[in-house]
Amino acid sequence: MTEQATPVIVVEGLTARYDDRSILENVSFRVFQGERFIILGGSGCGKSTLLKHLIGLYRPYSGHILVNGIDIATHDEENLVKARMNIGVLFQNDALFGSMALYENVALPLREYTDLSEGIIEQIVRMKLELVRLGGYENHFPSELSGGMRKRAGIARAMALDPQMLFLDEPWAGLDPITAAELDILVRSINTGIGATMVIVTQELASIFAVGQRVIMLDKEARGIIAEGDPVVLRKESADPRVVNFFNRRTA
Amino acid sequence: MMKSEKRKDYTLEIRGPEGGDILLVITGRIVLSNLHQVTDDLRTIPAEVAPSSLTVDLTGLDYLDSSGALALLHLKHEAEARSVPFEFIGMNSRVKGIMDLLHTVTVGAASAAPERKPAGLIEQVGEAGMKVAQDFVTLMSFTGALVTTLLYSAAHPRSVRWDDVLRNMKQVGVDGFPIVTLISVLLGLIMAFMSSLQLKQFGANIYVASLVSIAMVKELGPIMTAILVAGRSGSAFAAEIGTMVVNDEVNALVTMGFDPLRFLVVPKIIAAVVVVPLLTLYADAFAILGSLVVGVLGLDLTVYTYMQQIRITIDNYDVMTGFIKSLFFAFLVGGIGCHRGFQVRGGPESVGKATTSAVVSAIFLIILADSIFAIVLHYLERK
Repeated sequence: MTEQATPVIVVEGLTARYDDRSILENVSFRVFQGERFIILGGSGCGKSTLLKHLIGLYRPYSGHILVNGIDIATHDEENLVKARMNIGVLFQNDALFGSMALYENVALPLREYTDLSEGIIEQIVRMKLELVRLGGYENHFPSELSGGMRKRAGIARAMALDPQMLFLDEPWAGLDPITAAELDILVRSINTGIGATMVIVTQELASIFAVGQRVIMLDKEARGIIAEGDPVVLRKESADPRVVNFFNRRTA
Repeated sequence: MMKSEKRKDYTLEIRGPEGGDILLVITGRIVLSNLHQVTDDLRTIPAEVAPSSLTVDLTGLDYLDSSGALALLHLKHEAEARSVPFEFIGMNSRVKGIMDLLHTVTVGAASAAPERKPAGLIEQVGEAGMKVAQDFVTLMSFTGALVTTLLYSAAHPRSVRWDDVLRNMKQVGVDGFPIVTLISVLLGLIMAFMSSLQLKQFGANIYVASLVSIAMVKELGPIMTAILVAGRSGSAFAAEIGTMVVNDEVNALVTMGFDPLRFLVVPKIIAAVVVVPLLTLYADAFAILGSLVVGVLGLDLTVYTYMQQIRITIDNYDVMTGFIKSLFFAFLVGGIGCHRGFQVRGGPESVGKATTSAVVSAIFLIILADSIFAIVLHYLERK
């Protein structure tokens, strides 16, 4: 497809540091329109740090991150809001607002950023919740839901404004295999249906193969990318022992 | 192209005779940002044009998001409700994908969960009453458990986490010095000043010393200190324990074989009970110091006569009752703070409620206990 070739996220020479502890050094990669892109790697390799840079929560120490052509580290408020409208984020611990029912959680950005009437907002919210198979749970509070349901509700909220990009941080963490497999299907159907680009941070092997089209693998020692490509190909053909060990669940 | 125009980045074209077979050609983008307009435009079509059949041509559609697809499906539902044959044509793979996705969901289905209706007056009163009663029961059982745990700790001093006691003593006591100092000095100053205005008229200047010292040592010192500690530390206890409950840390303690009461509550209570009476004496002293300033500068009393008057007025019994009162207050403030912390259920907002409730309940209990003390001490004194 032609639109596959358009990069929507361009990372060039990104260096990330906490104080003087270096996490990532000179990392460059691209994410293309409509693909399911996975960032993986062992614990502490900087996956979540990288994601927080991509969504503009952390500023790069050096280097550039362009999301839809907008430098995410810009100080121009107007541009930043525009960039943020186009991304939806599911945080690691779902980060649903505990004081609001699911309906309110999803409706919040719609009420803030659109001038739609409450009737249409209600339809949209219902539709998003149905999409993540949570129809009928509008009036439940996050604390009344199971972990898997909260993850899906987090996805519904992330999709509220129909963003062109969805960032999912460890969506499979703490889910049982069946729930995780359901989430695989959900993520794929949202991706193919809505066409949103997906950037997923995970280390769940089964889901990486089920969902991932292209992966980058980060490494703690290398402080950067040690492998990039289709996960199935990487597992078969990579010569790097770190990559082979990861994909085959072996210790070094 | 219509795209250059910002307000309207889509077009709707109706082809065909009114009341006949209508072809609706949609081009451009149907997205969340123009959905408001699109729904307005679409809503009128089935009713006003009254087509005998409706075909929607989406060939020229550049971009469609899920909210836009919802609007188109809504049009379809509306047409079908009027038994008008309806068809989408010219869907590209992207548009088809999104339509198929939405077809899997039942849009507009009624919510299965019952709406949470606000309860009626009688129900609310009943619920509030039940809550108070239940609260009293849990508070009593908590108090019972706390007392037995404290007795156990007294019998087994080695089981107490003394490091934690010290840390809490610092937090309740030392860190509270600045605010207690400030408030007690000012309180002494104000009381002395206000009373001096009245007493001066009778030449009873010296009784300012008596008034301030009796009021502070017997009543205001213990109460004020306890309320300050409730605001500073009772709330902190509730928030700390509440957050631990939310994060399953308390459950972790239980499974590791620790008694949460012994592990979390006992050090806090010991720290409060040790520190608050001392803090109260400190507050008494500083209030008297504040009033001394007014006495010396405003009433031409000497420091010696002022202090002498206080010595005559206040005896050890008064100081001791104040001391014992503050000991009880400390127990109440620490206990209710921890209790509210354990009552946290659910998420962060519940921690906030517990913290508020800890302070409010503590103040209520302080005043209640003080009234009981007033009556009991009155009858004790008469003997």
